[in-house]
Amino acid sequence: MSKDNEILEEFTSKEYEHGWSVDYEADEAPIGLTEDTIRWISSKKEEPKWLLDWRLKAFRHWETMDEPTWPNVKYPKIDYQALRYYSAPKQKSKPSNINEVDPELLKIYDRLGISLNEQKRLQGIAVDAVLDSVSVGTTFKDTLSKLGVVFCSFSEAVKEHPDLVKKYLGSVVPSTDNYFAALNSAVFSDGSFCYIPKGVRCPMELSTYFRINAANTGQFERTLIIAEDKSYVSYLEGCTAPQRDENQLHAAVVEIYAAENAEVKYSTVQNWFPGDKNGKGGIYNFVTKRGICAGNHSKISWTQVETGSAVTWKYPSCILKGDHSIGEFYSVAVTNNYQQADTGTKMIHIGKNTRSRIVSKGISAGKSQNSYRGQVQVMKRATDARNFSQCDSLLMGDKCGAHTFPYIDIHNSSAKVEHEATTSKIGEDQIFYCNQRGISSEDAVALIVNGYAKEVLNQLPMEFAVEAQKLLALTLEGSVG
Amino acid sequence: MLSIKNLHAAIEGTPILKGISLEIKPGEVHAIMGPNGSGKSTLASVLAGREEYEVTEGEVYFKGKNLLDLSPEDRAREGVFLAFQYPVEIPGVSSTNFLRTAVNQVREYRGQEPLDAVKFLSLMKEKMKLVEIDQKLLSRALNEGFSGGEKKKNEIFQMAVLEPTLSILDETDSGLDIDALKVVANGVNQLKTKENATIVVTHYQRLLDYIVPDYVHVLFDGRIVKSGSKDLALELEDKGYDWIKEEISGTTV
Ligand SMILES: Nc1ncnc2c1ncn2[C@@H]1O[C@H](COP(=O)(O)OP(=O)(O)OP(=O)(O)O)[C@@H](O)[C@H]1O
Ligand SMILES: [Mg+2]
Repeated sequence: MSKDNEILEEFTSKEYEHGWSVDYEADEAPIGLTEDTIRWISSKKEEPKWLLDWRLKAFRHWETMDEPTWPNVKYPKIDYQALRYYSAPKQKSKPSNINEVDPELLKIYDRLGISLNEQKRLQGIAVDAVLDSVSVGTTFKDTLSKLGVVFCSFSEAVKEHPDLVKKYLGSVVPSTDNYFAALNSAVFSDGSFCYIPKGVRCPMELSTYFRINAANTGQFERTLIIAEDKSYVSYLEGCTAPQRDENQLHAAVVEIYAAENAEVKYSTVQNWFPGDKNGKGGIYNFVTKRGICAGNHSKISWTQVETGSAVTWKYPSCILKGDHSIGEFYSVAVTNNYQQADTGTKMIHIGKNTRSRIVSKGISAGKSQNSYRGQVQVMKRATDARNFSQCDSLLMGDKCGAHTFPYIDIHNSSAKVEHEATTSKIGEDQIFYCNQRGISSEDAVALIVNGYAKEVLNQLPMEFAVEAQKLLALTLEGSVG
Repeated sequence: MLSIKNLHAAIEGTPILKGISLEIKPGEVHAIMGPNGSGKSTLASVLAGREEYEVTEGEVYFKGKNLLDLSPEDRAREGVFLAFQYPVEIPGVSSTNFLRTAVNQVREYRGQEPLDAVKFLSLMKEKMKLVEIDQKLLSRALNEGFSGGEKKKNEIFQMAVLEPTLSILDETDSGLDIDALKVVANGVNQLKTKENATIVVTHYQRLLDYIVPDYVHVLFDGRIVKSGSKDLALELEDKGYDWIKEEISGTTV
């Protein structure tokens, strides 16, 4: 017993690896949220009038809404007037390419192990880095633009590709969709934009790296991915934040549009600061992610490894509108200490012969609460729709909780919907078995957990899978005692 | 190599082992027999370092080191191997990945370089032949959905790969068909050297026809009540345990 306790001690006193912050000069909006704040943000970004109007409409709607209380999470009431809604690192002049970005900012990303310098870049991954509210630079732009692929910051897209933005912004997640999506629509500051033209298979992984740095500032990014007919793209999203005592709000929106025969793979490794071992601080991660398989035979696949945040509220979903379209959701959500996660997916079958697959693996340790919430909806027209859902929970210790809330709503009798769920405990005897072969308890936990999550981890691109495995092990280190 | 003196152990306050003493020298094979619930698996678990068991008295030395001071993983790294009576399943983890982790942690402890993938695979291949185990089994998740016999075979395979100094086989014969029994026994015999030793826990004389023990001990109610040669096993097979029980009560009353 004593040895396991020691390991536990060591782990819980271990600091969050990315918990540092950097001082830099910033352009900040005044604290609080009014129409003026929104006008301030919009003018700062030199936005066209239609976008300001769109934001204001979202804001007016948001004011009429109430914060949702149905998720299985508890947190003190957020004072939206006490937050700052925009903070941008001050750059001497607007960089036109990555080599002109302030070296101080590039250093932040170097420290995270993400090199924005194209010479040193990860092989074959284009990166857009978002610090606090704004994109600080995108790599590989030239290579991509030769193929007609647009991968840039959202603000840049508003300037360079206004027609595309205007056409698709809010088309998947309307500005009035839910409380946090409305808030995001009103105040979003930047994010990534990605457009894959007809028939193009994007030759590299596109990746956005989000980092919150400023204190007391909400981060509201928007990502928009458009895949035209017969195109393909694999998109990665990574997130970290410094360690702070107070909670910080992150409310992002991701919209994906897949046309006929298009395929989009969206992978996230979320490692926002989870709060300390006593539950102090950490990010509130309230995110709306949704994709529409608009064309026939299109496919959208969400893969997420959720290890961070104090509170997570997130349901990446697919609207399967095109006939024969496919939606997938693969998730590993780990909670430790006082973390709370309420996450899952929605699969909405509208077209004929649509298929969806849900694989959710929850892992709870410490005093955390981990909920899966999933909805499978089959509409009248969706003849021969199929869904398969597998929801597993793994518990470590006896002070944590795992919950499953599946909702099934079927309006077509030809639908076949299968749901399987299991709950298991990481066994002392499994760990002992590993020990007896010479494997330490920590490595045993890592082996067992990675084995458990394998089906999901297998969906991630190689480099990401290795990262994710390490992250899982790190999050759970010593949590068996 | 292994010296157990007056070992007492309890689980949740209930004494199970009540004074076991046993000396094992390199090259020896010891069989431990005894009725259900007499404490055979408990002894194996205590030697392997299961935390649920509390050692209340006695000492155990292994290769001159106080075994009871070592963590379970360090005991394994020192060369203690337990073939479990009930091997556990670890979903999603392939036997290959599991064993490679094990082998390299043992090597690290001994100050050896880790084996790279090529060297490890050739080690696997060599040992697979020894215990006639199917490669397909090893690419599957560890013990998951394995038949009883396959699990036992896999234990011996792991033993072959890890090359322990002291192997404790807890009822490895139960659940094996007669051909598998021969294969497993053959594997164990081939792994025998002058330097290593084996403890075979079994209920059946049959296994001892193949793995011939130097000594046979009878465990009863947490004590070794009788030790003898291979012939003792034959006698037990013939007469059961009652006569031993009578002998004990005869001497104690
Ligand atoms: N948690 C526990 N609490 C109380 N008694 C226990 C506990 N675990 C095991 N025992 C008891 O310890 C005794 C010894 O068990 P052990 O498994 O060592 O027997 P064994 O000799 O290996 O038997 P078998 O031949 O059936 O394998 C049994 O009576 C068993 O019921
Ligand atoms: Mg037993």
